Amino acid sequence: MSDLTAPAAPAPAAPASGPAQTDGSERWNQTLRDITGGSAMISILAVVFALVVGAILIAFTNERVQETSGYFFSRPADLLQAVGDAVAGAYSALFQGAIYNFRANGFLTAIRPLTETLTFATPLIAAGLGVGLAFRVGMFNIGGRGQMLIAAGAAGYVAFAIELPAGIHLIVAVLAGLLGGAIWGGIVGLLKARTGAHEVIVTIMLNFVALYLIQFLLRTPGALQAPGSNNPKTPPMLSTAVFPDLFGPRYNLHAGFLTVIAATIFVWWLLSRSNLGFQFRAVGQNPSAARVAGINVKNVYMYAMAISGALVGLAGINQVLGTVTTGFGAGIDAGIGFDAITVALLGRSKPWGIFAAGILFGAFKAGGFAMQAAEGVPIDIVVVVQALIVLFIAAPPLVRAMFRLPTPGTTKKPKIRPVKVRKTNEVVAK
Amino acid sequence: MSTLTESNVPVPASAPIVKPTAQIRSWKIPITFGGFSVLSLILFVLFGRGQRGELSTFRLSEARDLIQLPEVALPTFATGVFVAIVLVLLAAASAWLVYRHRKIPIVLTILFALLFLVGFLAWAASGSTIPVPGLLIGTVTLSAPLIFGALGGVMSERAGVVNVAIEAQLLAGAFSSAVVASATGNPYLGLLAAMVAGALVSMVLAAFALKYLVDQVIVGVVLNVLVIGLTSFLYSQVLAPSANLNSPDVFPRLNIPLLSEIPIIGPVLFRQTIIVYVMYVAVAVVYFGLFRTKWGLRVRAVGEHPQAADTVGINVNRTRFVAVTLGGVISGFGGAYFTLGAVGAFNKEMTNGMGFIALAAVIFGQWHPIKATLAALLFGFATNLQNVLGIIGSPVPSEFMLMLPYVVTIFAVAGFVGRSRAPAADGKPYIK
Repeated sequence: MSDLTAPAAPAPAAPASGPAQTDGSERWNQTLRDITGGSAMISILAVVFALVVGAILIAFTNERVQETSGYFFSRPADLLQAVGDAVAGAYSALFQGAIYNFRANGFLTAIRPLTETLTFATPLIAAGLGVGLAFRVGMFNIGGRGQMLIAAGAAGYVAFAIELPAGIHLIVAVLAGLLGGAIWGGIVGLLKARTGAHEVIVTIMLNFVALYLIQFLLRTPGALQAPGSNNPKTPPMLSTAVFPDLFGPRYNLHAGFLTVIAATIFVWWLLSRSNLGFQFRAVGQNPSAARVAGINVKNVYMYAMAISGALVGLAGINQVLGTVTTGFGAGIDAGIGFDAITVALLGRSKPWGIFAAGILFGAFKAGGFAMQAAEGVPIDIVVVVQALIVLFIAAPPLVRAMFRLPTPGTTKKPKIRPVKVRKTNEVVAK
Repeated sequence: MSTLTESNVPVPASAPIVKPTAQIRSWKIPITFGGFSVLSLILFVLFGRGQRGELSTFRLSEARDLIQLPEVALPTFATGVFVAIVLVLLAAASAWLVYRHRKIPIVLTILFALLFLVGFLAWAASGSTIPVPGLLIGTVTLSAPLIFGALGGVMSERAGVVNVAIEAQLLAGAFSSAVVASATGNPYLGLLAAMVAGALVSMVLAAFALKYLVDQVIVGVVLNVLVIGLTSFLYSQVLAPSANLNSPDVFPRLNIPLLSEIPIIGPVLFRQTIIVYVMYVAVAVVYFGLFRTKWGLRVRAVGEHPQAADTVGINVNRTRFVAVTLGGVISGFGGAYFTLGAVGAFNKEMTNGMGFIALAAVIFGQWHPIKATLAALLFGFATNLQNVLGIIGSPVPSEFMLMLPYVVTIFAVAGFVGRSRAPAADGKPYIK
């Protein structure tokens, strides 16, 4: 557990060099094999297969389907009709709720679901970046909930209790939130570095500590509780500290999305262009080798967890300053801290991968609510589909085995070899 | 720890035996003791006076007990001062021991923890009465799912498969036990279904981890999400509309004759449901199985050094698969506690993070079944302490009481088990 590494990228496609490829048809076969065996195909097939499983679940639990299955042998067409209706209805509602609403009049209304998707994606991407960064350093940050809550509390307090000029106020509130998240994550890194405390335990424990701390502050007048109220809820954020709407008041999408794009660029720069990021990746690959190479592994743990906490905190900031600006309670994290783990896994802990994964999950979330409202299919089906996607993408050999895809790197007859896929590198390099 | 993990390298008879003498002075324990001593000085001495009463009463017997013990009344302030002074002395003693390069005996730590607990209870219960049996009965009951989950985790991780999916196993067990027990009207079939469900979840874990070589933490996390989604979906679609699929009979408390009349221990240990009695057996069986049988040695061998185990003819992946599946059986059984042992109906996400606490207990308990059980009991105790103090009215805000177990765990992990190490091959797939 202590030395888990970022999910390994699938074995790369075979190099296109080699004397064997003189024949045109053979080269074509090779190209085809690269496409079908590569990770893009795997991702698409994983999404398709997860949607198929979701469809089966939707069909099985549909009342009309259950009714018609009672007289399946006298009129089988009824059952097929019911299954088709249930699945098509649910998935078209999902699509129309997530991307483009065909029933709306006018483009501006029809495109609204897409902006909803981006709104839902915003905190998912931010938190996913945080969790993914920790993965790259070989650490597992399950503390998203705590880091989000503390960041939301800090940013929220600055946003409603302190009066500052517009512009500066927003920046100060965001910085306060980032600092809160960084401290809550940094504690974990500090304890791991100084005492060897396991980050999984500490983050889980700090989730609960943060939850109860915020609950206490939310019912303490003068702290986070709205004055003159008995509810455990904060007052609304001051307008000077709220992320402005990007496309006017008709859409919920707010400037927080821009901060998330900036964060993605920052993480990309940090990991692949900076000295610190190189140390991060080195420690993630092999802490002992990194130590021998002169990297201060303890400091790396601390910096990585602090930055990870700040990124997850950005998700909390986006929640309170962008999505829910009318005051928040202890449920403001909305489970995003845990969703972020799947986002990071789906994005393979790479910044732009996480960005795309966050938008996909944001689409599922936006569409899921629409599907629940329109077709009565519980939004939990979306969670199932998301989990299945990650599961299948994490296991390329399984998907290849299911769809009889060739293993990349094998130039001979396609052969299903689920095991030993990580050794294909060596096979290729011979 | 196991004999496997100790580094008793056999030396040739002729070579002089040189024991390693390098000792590292660790100031963690004295610092932790010091922190708690200061805390006790502040709480019990500075804020010890002016509470709601002068006496703290401990009730040791329940009304229906055969043998009635008298109530113990302690003067709050005097007890606090006494405890604080002794704690400071113990902290000083531990510092002196470390300074002299001596080992701090485990008895000292236990004594310290117990004294702090007594002092804290006396302080918190000032002017009112703490029902000690009630406090402990609830501890055992609340710990049951944690202990089952922790045992399942220990089984799996000892074989070298990281089990983050304890939450999923508990939840699957809770769901299927509720459905099967309601549908058949037989709660024992519900228990069976819980075990099957837990085993199925862990078989998926094992298949992905061992056959498809997916990162085990990833599979575990995803399985948690998958089972949460699946059970929530089925709950909303199937269970919520028709109540007769979600109303299992709850197991009654069974009093074991004679044993249940022993003062304090009797009510705590022997007036529980059948799930808790199975738990006692499970702890013993897992300990015995892992540390006293040939099979257990093999399980630990594939978890520590799969190459070596393979060399001597142990089928690594099959051994791991069996151990992980058995772990799932145990965790799944623990899931039945939620529906058949406590609530009596399934609810969305009713395990509420208990699986993660069980995972913490596994790591806190250093991957050892007995120690993990003790860690789980500590979590259960802390949760129930908050419940009890909430009833009698505690001087600290309830949120801080709720926070306490988690803070203590962080302290403990940072201070005492910081050096705890996982089985060497934990999380690493074995590729021949």
